[in-house]
Amino acid sequence: ADALRTRPGPFQAGETPTPLTDVTHYNNFYEFGMDKSDPSTYSAAFRPRPWTVTVDGLVSRPRVWDIDDLMAAMPIEERLYRMRCVEAWSMVIPWDGFPLATLLQQAEPLGNARYVAFESVLRPEQMPGQRTGLDSLQWPYVEGLRLDEAMHPLTLLAVGLYGQTLPAQNGAPVRLVVPWKYGFKGIKSIVRIRLVEKMPPTTWNRMNAAEYGFFANVNPDVNHPRWSQASERIIGAGGFFGGGRKKTLMFNGYGEQVAGLYGNMNLRTSY
Amino acid sequence: MPRLVRQGRYLTVVPWRGERTAIMFVGLMPAAVYFWYGAHGQLGADPVNVFERWLGLWAVRFLLLGLFVTPLRVMVGSNLLRYRRTFGLLAFWYACMHVATYVVLDQRGDMGVLLQDITHRPFLMLGFAAFLLLLPLAVTSNDWSIRRLGRWWGRLHRFVYIIAVLVAVHFLMAFKTYNMTSISYAGALVLLVLWRGWHMWRRHTTMRMA
Repeated sequence: ADALRTRPGPFQAGETPTPLTDVTHYNNFYEFGMDKSDPSTYSAAFRPRPWTVTVDGLVSRPRVWDIDDLMAAMPIEERLYRMRCVEAWSMVIPWDGFPLATLLQQAEPLGNARYVAFESVLRPEQMPGQRTGLDSLQWPYVEGLRLDEAMHPLTLLAVGLYGQTLPAQNGAPVRLVVPWKYGFKGIKSIVRIRLVEKMPPTTWNRMNAAEYGFFANVNPDVNHPRWSQASERIIGAGGFFGGGRKKTLMFNGYGEQVAGLYGNMNLRTSY
Repeated sequence: MPRLVRQGRYLTVVPWRGERTAIMFVGLMPAAVYFWYGAHGQLGADPVNVFERWLGLWAVRFLLLGLFVTPLRVMVGSNLLRYRRTFGLLAFWYACMHVATYVVLDQRGDMGVLLQDITHRPFLMLGFAAFLLLLPLAVTSNDWSIRRLGRWWGRLHRFVYIIAVLVAVHFLMAFKTYNMTSISYAGALVLLVLWRGWHMWRRHTTMRMA
């Protein structure tokens, strides 16, 4: 990974970052395999250059961005975010990136745009997990946000972590980070961002709608059908008897910033 | 000490004193090694989860071994019957450690979460039911119980087929997606149960015809 020019941004979590080796060797990125160690082990053949990101759909200025032009044009800043996985573990990660809103504003969304649909790369020749037949995920990975969620200042497009460009296993060259939602919303290796009118399909929801909702807001009161979401294991806290567990916070502790987005919604049914 | 003897075309292990203790000892090594790694921070970023799954996997492996003894005897003629109890007990000890890790290391003894889990989550209800059914089998895995229970001992130990099916579903549910690992292990468990049913049915009909 190359060094990245970055400056401290807002939203410093005030917590100890998870060690870099854990952030880069404990990953869910099924395109490279299902084990947590698969992404770091099997991503050597992955090429994040050349790369383009298409911004289109319901916008007045669609554009195909070259990744290097995009990184040069955007104000890249460091943000220390908590990251809560739907599997009930968590990390604290110093991301480097820019607000998604900055990119979307440049594209000028039209009045009827309601949602943002994201699409990940499809390269079975470089991503062994996309070659195996026996899994129920459909490729490419797709995700979505409501437009107001996408425009929220917390929502980040990350191009690096720990002051370096993103390693392949963390979603090189550009990925989404939505810190108040479960980690699977953070789609990796993005090739297309499209503004649409209707709620777009999302990969995990398509696989099992009862377990993975569209919103996927971190919520200790709505349990996963197979495990409790009331607390989380802290990654990188040491051996068996290290840091252990902590209580999970509503909206992953970002309620002050984002609770307003969901004013009159029933978060039990819209999970 | 173990000794190999040539019997016709085959090399055979001669039974020896302490062989079952030795199998038990070797069988517990995967748990011991991983516990040592875990206690020394060598089990990666999420050690409790890795250990918990490792113990569950080995419980399934020994359950499979135990279930495989009879088909192996019928189909290949190799008789491992005298080790079956050890395989079963190893499956039981791994199940105990698997449950203990979940209760103590993973959930930190949080009774609220544990009660919710075993009353509301089919994944954990199945696993817990399998564990409960294993208990009477483990308790009666000794010569004294076999003598005392007589024909009831065999009936009681047929629980293992229910356990195998519960474990197969629990194992499938432990992964977010179906994959080669989960399908192979669960498939092997179900196959062995089906084989046993077919075998018993066939024996029953041939006996009636005789």
